[in-house]
Amino acid sequence: MSSNLLTLAGVHTHIGAYHILHGVDLVVPTGQVTMLLGRNGAGKTTTLRTIMGLWAASQGEVRFDGRAIGGTAGQRATPEIAQLGIAYVPENMGIFSDLTVRENLLLAARNARTVEQMDTARLEWLFGLFPALKKFWLYPAGKLSGGQKQMLAIARAMVEEQRLLLIDEPSKGLAPAIVQNLIAALRELKRTQTTVLLVEQNFGVAKALGDTVAVMDDGRVVHHGEMAELADDEALQHRFLGLSLGAHQ
Amino acid sequence: MTTTAAATAASVAPAGASAAVPKAGFDLLPLALVALLALLGWPLIGSTSTWLTLTVAGLSMGMIIFIIASGLTLVFGLMDVLNFGHGVFIALGAYIATSVFAGMADWTGSAQLWRNLAAIGVTVLLAVLAAAAVGWAFERVLVRPVYGQHLKQILITMGGMIIGEELIKVVWGATPITVEMPEALRGVIAFGGDAVVEKYRVLATLIGAVVLGAMLFTLNRTKLGLLIRAGVQDREMVESLGYRIRRLFVGVFVAGSALAGLGGALWGIYQHGVVPQIGAHVNVLIFIVIIIGGLGSTTGCFVGALLVGLMANYTGFLAPKVAMFSNIGLMVAILLWRPQGLYPVTNR
Amino acid sequence: MLNRLLSHDLPRNRGLAIALVLILLGLALTPFLFPGTKALNVAAKIIVFIVLVASFDLLLGYTGIVSFAHTMFFGIGAYGVAIASTRFGPTWGVIALGVAAALVVSLLLSLLIGLFSLRVKAIFFAMITLAVASAFLTLASQLSEFTGGEDGLTFKVPEALQPGTSYLDAPLLGASVDGRFATYYLLFAVALALLLAMLRIVNSPFGRVLQAIRENDFRAEAIGYRTVVYRTLASVLSALFATLAGCLLALWLRYNGPDTTLSFEIMLDVLLIVVIGGMGTVYGAVVGSVLFVFAQNYLQDLLKIGASAVEGVPVLAQIVSPDRWLLWLGILFVLSIYHFPAGVVGRLRALRRPGPKP
Repeated sequence: MSSNLLTLAGVHTHIGAYHILHGVDLVVPTGQVTMLLGRNGAGKTTTLRTIMGLWAASQGEVRFDGRAIGGTAGQRATPEIAQLGIAYVPENMGIFSDLTVRENLLLAARNARTVEQMDTARLEWLFGLFPALKKFWLYPAGKLSGGQKQMLAIARAMVEEQRLLLIDEPSKGLAPAIVQNLIAALRELKRTQTTVLLVEQNFGVAKALGDTVAVMDDGRVVHHGEMAELADDEALQHRFLGLSLGAHQ
Repeated sequence: MTTTAAATAASVAPAGASAAVPKAGFDLLPLALVALLALLGWPLIGSTSTWLTLTVAGLSMGMIIFIIASGLTLVFGLMDVLNFGHGVFIALGAYIATSVFAGMADWTGSAQLWRNLAAIGVTVLLAVLAAAAVGWAFERVLVRPVYGQHLKQILITMGGMIIGEELIKVVWGATPITVEMPEALRGVIAFGGDAVVEKYRVLATLIGAVVLGAMLFTLNRTKLGLLIRAGVQDREMVESLGYRIRRLFVGVFVAGSALAGLGGALWGIYQHGVVPQIGAHVNVLIFIVIIIGGLGSTTGCFVGALLVGLMANYTGFLAPKVAMFSNIGLMVAILLWRPQGLYPVTNR
Repeated sequence: MLNRLLSHDLPRNRGLAIALVLILLGLALTPFLFPGTKALNVAAKIIVFIVLVASFDLLLGYTGIVSFAHTMFFGIGAYGVAIASTRFGPTWGVIALGVAAALVVSLLLSLLIGLFSLRVKAIFFAMITLAVASAFLTLASQLSEFTGGEDGLTFKVPEALQPGTSYLDAPLLGASVDGRFATYYLLFAVALALLLAMLRIVNSPFGRVLQAIRENDFRAEAIGYRTVVYRTLASVLSALFATLAGCLLALWLRYNGPDTTLSFEIMLDVLLIVVIGGMGTVYGAVVGSVLFVFAQNYLQDLLKIGASAVEGVPVLAQIVSPDRWLLWLGILFVLSIYHFPAGVVGRLRALRRPGPKP
């Protein structure tokens, strides 16, 4: 259990009158990329938001590194949760359109007051992964293309070392070529052994990056196991995802 | 090791392909409106010297209005709080000015400029402190319980203004109080032929420019300002990045109130007197300004304030009876062009 | 029968029902129960305010629109009657002309404002109406040839309503039956009719749609109701009722000036009443108006007593001074928003309701 950085046990989340999560049990092993798959409306985004404290879990427990961060054991505020070393890349990317690329990254670097104080080596590494960032350094982020914005969003989550990354559907709406760039960038991230919980609907991305996989349906996790296992078992894929690997290449 | 990231970050144009990358384009169009309005006024007014006088007067009035309104628009942009009671801080500042001037009458009566300036300095300081304190109490007692509920905010802040106005009457009485312009600041300075500008207005403009400069510096060159600007766009994301933005709220509210107090003091002197309703009167004006500018935008607020200042002075000269309507007409015209104001804040 | 008269919107609370009956009887019999001009003036003011506040509640409580331009329509009604009577002499035809003209102006203005409101967000709208109301006030003061400027217009009313006209030589049960008497009952009858009409409106399918829009305009639009149309209609109706209230006031006072109807104080009073009385309940306007006007007139007397008790004490004397009654009302207002979000009427109605069943 201590090898699991993040655990959710019996988490229910209500949004107003709507009961979205019906007892989610999820473990995210340390140092691995865990894929969170499922159809639209399965509750994947809600799960991420609950972890992040943006929505409070009405039942159950969310534990990070053994400490309770959400649920009945104690709900922490979002800024606190982020300060524990959790970075969140939401579905809408959360880019500040009126701020420049530079300012977006500076904001994400909590330990730096000015750009000069930022980790230069790390910045260079990011520029290597995402050349567009260097090119559009002083450009307002709102003017970037969809793919570039996504890169910026992920770069923001990587500008300082984090213990856990929560990424919500990064490949959504991106052209296939850009998705390949995305996979390459995330592979780099994987190389650093950062723990990642990645929500995706694109099975190709999932297969390329995931170590473990959890499948959600109707607000519950209905399957949990190794990515390789799911990738090899077409029957399993049909059962949980209603598709086969071949169709999504 | 090629260039360090710091050097890269500090450089204006990243090496390579710079031709294809324009810098952040600044929307100059609304700013051009100010020039346009000024130019429109010229033939209507006729005499160039009168036009110059009015234009300078209008711009300086705009500066004071900007100081007052900037706090309100920032509070709304960041906290989604609409403070209909902003006038309380304005009135407080104005009334404090009357007290300080009365108490330091020999300094304001003196012909020595430095004494006059000192008196104004004291006024400004006290106004800022008092308004900040009241602002803190206001946020704590009235605003905090109704975050997110616009209707209740409107009602409660209005209630706060009623109470504030009445308390002002308790302390200072309900009758109008005149403010004597300090001796050395009386009169005008001539320029450009027959054009004149009141000495006091020059001072007010200078103070306004300093405030504007400080605000722009803070907003654009400090991390705090970065947080505020980001928070205006997407509060949730700023929290997700690990910043307790709610703590910032109180600070911004207090700062906004302090600015209103400062502006109120300047306004009271500018108007040569105060009435208890001064807050309510100016309230309407600044609402027009921030609507024109775009709720949440400091630049918009500045441009809006200049436009309103110019408009007020031009119509005050040309057709005093329609002065108030002219500002509304201006507002309507701008909203028809850009329904969210001149510089709409995206993501709202 | 009563059910139909009140459009099935019963008080639903014994205390409230009793209060309403008392108010109705009290107002209906004021000339007999409380002789003297002051009482009659207070009662007339209550009657006018009931109509004015109820019309504002239509907009705020039922449709969820905050507009500070309400007193503008109040003023238009009053000025309509005042200007017509001043220019053309005091006859019923002239009064009708004044009322009609005022209604037309209000119709057009409210239509304009209503349509404009839909281009901008609610917050914008509130601020814009504030600005417009301010401007209108200034305009009224400045067009002195037309409106009498700051001094306002004093005018004569039709002979039937004039104080000098006497219908009975001897007082009837203590009340002198004269022109004032007639005017009072005219106000009472018209106000009652208007109030019942408003009850009918808010309880009709139209009223229900308004409430749906207030709750969630997005969903209402999705279901198929064109919120634009409904909101504009609500604005117009609310304005028309306010205009009529203004006409009534002018007839009573035989005078109108900018401060009588257009001032910001009156707008605040309306706001206070609607919040304290209870938003979204027509009865709130009734109860609230009575409470408010009483407070306005008699709270000052109360404060006088209090003031004489603390006379000489520096700050306290100022705070308890009868001139500062608005301060206390303001505090009451703020407290109401916190603790009485549903107002007096809402609180009373909630009392009657049993707790939620498990």
